Amino acid sequence: MADGGLWRRLLRLDRRWIFVLVGLATAVPLLFPVNLPVTPTPRVQAFYDAVESVPEGSPVLLSLDYEPDIMAELQPMSIAVLRHCFRRNLKPVILTLYPAGPGLIERALAIASEAEGKKRDVDFVFLGYKSGSQSVILGLGESIRSMFPEDFWGTPIDDIPLMANLNAYADFPLVINLSGSAIADYYIRIAATRYHKPLLLGCTAVMATDYYPYLSSGQLLGLMGGMKGAAEYERLAGLFGDARRGMDAQSMVHVVIVILVILGNVALLTTGGLRRGPGASSGGGSREP
Amino acid sequence: MRQGPFVLTFLVGAMLIAIFFIPHYRAQQVQTQLLDWANIVYAFALALGSISLLVLHGNKVRAGGSQAKYSFVTVAALVVITVAGVVQGVEEGTLVNRIYNAVNAPLASTMFALLAFFIASAAFRAFRARNTEATLLLATALIMMFGRVSIGEFVWSGFPPLTEWLLDVPNLAAKRGVAIGVGLGAVATALKIILGIDRSYMGKA
Repeated sequence: MADGGLWRRLLRLDRRWIFVLVGLATAVPLLFPVNLPVTPTPRVQAFYDAVESVPEGSPVLLSLDYEPDIMAELQPMSIAVLRHCFRRNLKPVILTLYPAGPGLIERALAIASEAEGKKRDVDFVFLGYKSGSQSVILGLGESIRSMFPEDFWGTPIDDIPLMANLNAYADFPLVINLSGSAIADYYIRIAATRYHKPLLLGCTAVMATDYYPYLSSGQLLGLMGGMKGAAEYERLAGLFGDARRGMDAQSMVHVVIVILVILGNVALLTTGGLRRGPGASSGGGSREP
Repeated sequence: MRQGPFVLTFLVGAMLIAIFFIPHYRAQQVQTQLLDWANIVYAFALALGSISLLVLHGNKVRAGGSQAKYSFVTVAALVVITVAGVVQGVEEGTLVNRIYNAVNAPLASTMFALLAFFIASAAFRAFRARNTEATLLLATALIMMFGRVSIGEFVWSGFPPLTEWLLDVPNLAAKRGVAIGVGLGAVATALKIILGIDRSYMGKA
């Protein structure tokens, strides 16, 4: 080769080959699952234990704040948490602060309630969407009724027996927020800090590291991060859902990336780095398609 | 007359800070009232945003050109979804629900899923051991990538505990520092706005 062998060619690898590898690493494990085992981490175990510690029959406030873009990570969490609550005969009161959230939550509720044999307005209440994120979270501390006079399907809150004695954070032994945004910060500041409510958080994997300080400060009792967190929760709850199914694919994609990164560095060392060869100054001399 | 908004900002800001520390029910009633007002403002903001979107893209459609078709899709989607939602509602089986499940959810998921491909490509090109800092970053990234998935345990049983240590010690220390810094910065910014030192929200620095 005029410009220097296999390693140099690797440094110039067209990114479309990487896309093909990632595509295969995602598709093959989904088509032929091996069901890799999942070991729960202490944070997810703490999340699970907190739900377990709520007395049977108690209401739980669930704020499911995400839209379809991150449903791959948070929808399995919602289903797993809802099913766990239903199995423990807890009464989830669910709301969302995202306008495109209700469709996903309706779906999660349908899956979880059908699987566990629970009924709307008897075993759970879905309050729907309300705009104004921070002010709604603050308002939930004073009056749920002023924030949500009706449920998602238009039934007045006062006509739902399950809501008879529920009107603020104080009436719930536990608040759970599954969020893909800064709404989680508001729940920490308001529900956990101002109203002293035990709070559990589920979030995307990239967000999770931001919330570790709140675990050590006690403002969060448990933390579930990304699909891995959801898979751990599914395992603890004895479920086999989309998160555990997706872990094979996620594992394979990580392996592909790690191998590519290692090969890229070996190529860098072997070829003498970026000092030689045309087009090498962009960190590998890639040709964009 | 221009002092009016600043006085209002100072009064509301100072009142909300005071209410935070006053558990008396009268204070909480004031807060509830303010929250009702905030919700009304949000509703108007939503209407204002919708009108602004309609006007902007309506003008683009009228002006024509190669981008006009995208503006037409935006306007059509806004009108159809709004009318269908008001007329039929948004429950299971309605037009809004069908559009949501057949268009919105798959499109949004697809857009986000594309990130995996670009991140893989970016990781291949960016994670290079060029100096000590980059090597540290590379090593940490590799440990995290193996430690956060099931297969990592099979490769080496030490990956998960090492990952936990990285998250619980260096990550926690850095995040805590950042959080405290951000908190202090937010307090300073809020005080500047409440006291009228920062007036950029009025459209003038």
